[in-house]
Amino acid sequence: MITISRRQILISGIFLWLFAVAGTTLVTLTEYSSREAIIENERQLLLRNLYALLPRDKLDNDIAEDILELPASPLLGTDTASIVYRARLAGEPVAAIFNSIAPNGYSGKIHLLVGVYDTGKLAGVRVVKHAETPGLGEAVEIRKSPWIKSFDGKSLTNPGPSGWQVKRDGGEFDQFTGATITPRAVVSAVRNTLLYYQQNVDMIFKQ
Amino acid sequence: MTTSREISRDGLWGNNVALVQLLGLCPLLAVTSTVVNGIGLGIATLITLVLSNTIVSLIRGFVRKEVRLPVFVLIIASVVTIIELSMQALFYDLYLVLGIFIPLIVTNCAIIGRAEGFASRNPVGPAALDGLMMGLGFLVVLALLGALREIIGFGTLFANAELMFGDGAQTLTIEFNKDYPGFLLAVLPPGAFFGLAVLIVAKNWLDLRPREKQEIIEPAPETA
Ligand SMILES: Cc1cc2nc3c(=O)[nH]c(=O)nc-3n(C[C@H](O)[C@H](O)[C@H](O)COP(=O)(O)O)c2cc1C
Repeated sequence: MITISRRQILISGIFLWLFAVAGTTLVTLTEYSSREAIIENERQLLLRNLYALLPRDKLDNDIAEDILELPASPLLGTDTASIVYRARLAGEPVAAIFNSIAPNGYSGKIHLLVGVYDTGKLAGVRVVKHAETPGLGEAVEIRKSPWIKSFDGKSLTNPGPSGWQVKRDGGEFDQFTGATITPRAVVSAVRNTLLYYQQNVDMIFKQ
Repeated sequence: MTTSREISRDGLWGNNVALVQLLGLCPLLAVTSTVVNGIGLGIATLITLVLSNTIVSLIRGFVRKEVRLPVFVLIIASVVTIIELSMQALFYDLYLVLGIFIPLIVTNCAIIGRAEGFASRNPVGPAALDGLMMGLGFLVVLALLGALREIIGFGTLFANAELMFGDGAQTLTIEFNKDYPGFLLAVLPPGAFFGLAVLIVAKNWLDLRPREKQEIIEPAPETA
């Protein structure tokens, strides 16, 4: 066993400290120089997602900037504030796109973008984040299955209240073979978002 | 001195990270449900291995041995973070696919294993080559395991290749049978263990075959 002198301990400590400073500096510099590009990339992705729900010619405002912060709401499935994007044409409301959450997926929360026209009809729904099982619940993703498009054009009156369920529960929406929990969660989250819209439409487009 | 040939042989076959050293199992088992995922993690790991081996070798002259491990950890963590940020800024679409794998690289003890076991004792050239070959060896196993699980689990090969290689790659996707019902076990974590076991058996079988006549068979070195 070699004994280490105080001097050596000190030198090692300083050496380690220098390395920590160098590593942190490099990471900071990278973060600093890439920050703007990253923010722009995220914005482009958001726009791509929003325009997937709303045709570009239906609106003329900057939808990614025309936002409103909504307080946490059980109908949106949110327990913190969430953002709603507002689409307008010549200043008139056209549609709102919500960040809703289906809290009861098979593997936790399923994050959705839900677009609602001011008529109360659905512009469309997309799953933006989830942890459902590959090959089963995963089919709610547009990349895996067109199922999520079955919401297009639906509203609270079409189908009626009993229709807003998966077929197995007596409703209108398909479930997947061997996976009912995921679609059930999404259907109920979309319906709740429509209810939220109905109850808050004035507040959403005020200002 | 180890020659380039030995380094390459070791990395790709004889001392393969995944099949012989059995390192990096956490990311390996977690993401190999498809070929594309496997290749994605493989590429990210390979880049990290080359960079961290190079840096560790460059500073090997003045790192005091009492603090070498924290220094290696610092280097690996910085490299991984810088890769993640740069990818987010420069190749955002690729980041959307690989992004989730990058933090997983830190959990791959093969990287610190190579830093300590090879790079800190060898000049820059061989150290970088070792990183490249170990990384390639890992990548090939990830891709094979991904292929095995994807074929059995989904009945496809190269699904979602367009996410990684651009829209032109959509034609790469092979669907063997439109009505294949899928085999969930292969996709879930147990499938990863079975698949890896199959690959290890296959490798050992290939290793033993030409030496059937010899009586003594060296056991693989024990590793943690
Ligand atoms: C490992 C495993 C993963 C599963 N993942 C999902 C899933 O992501 N989504 C889902 O709805 N059901 C999933 N299921 C099936 C559910 O447990 C449940 O059986 C099913 O949703 C009920 O649908 P069914 O009544 O049509 O069989 C999974 C089952 C197992 C064993």
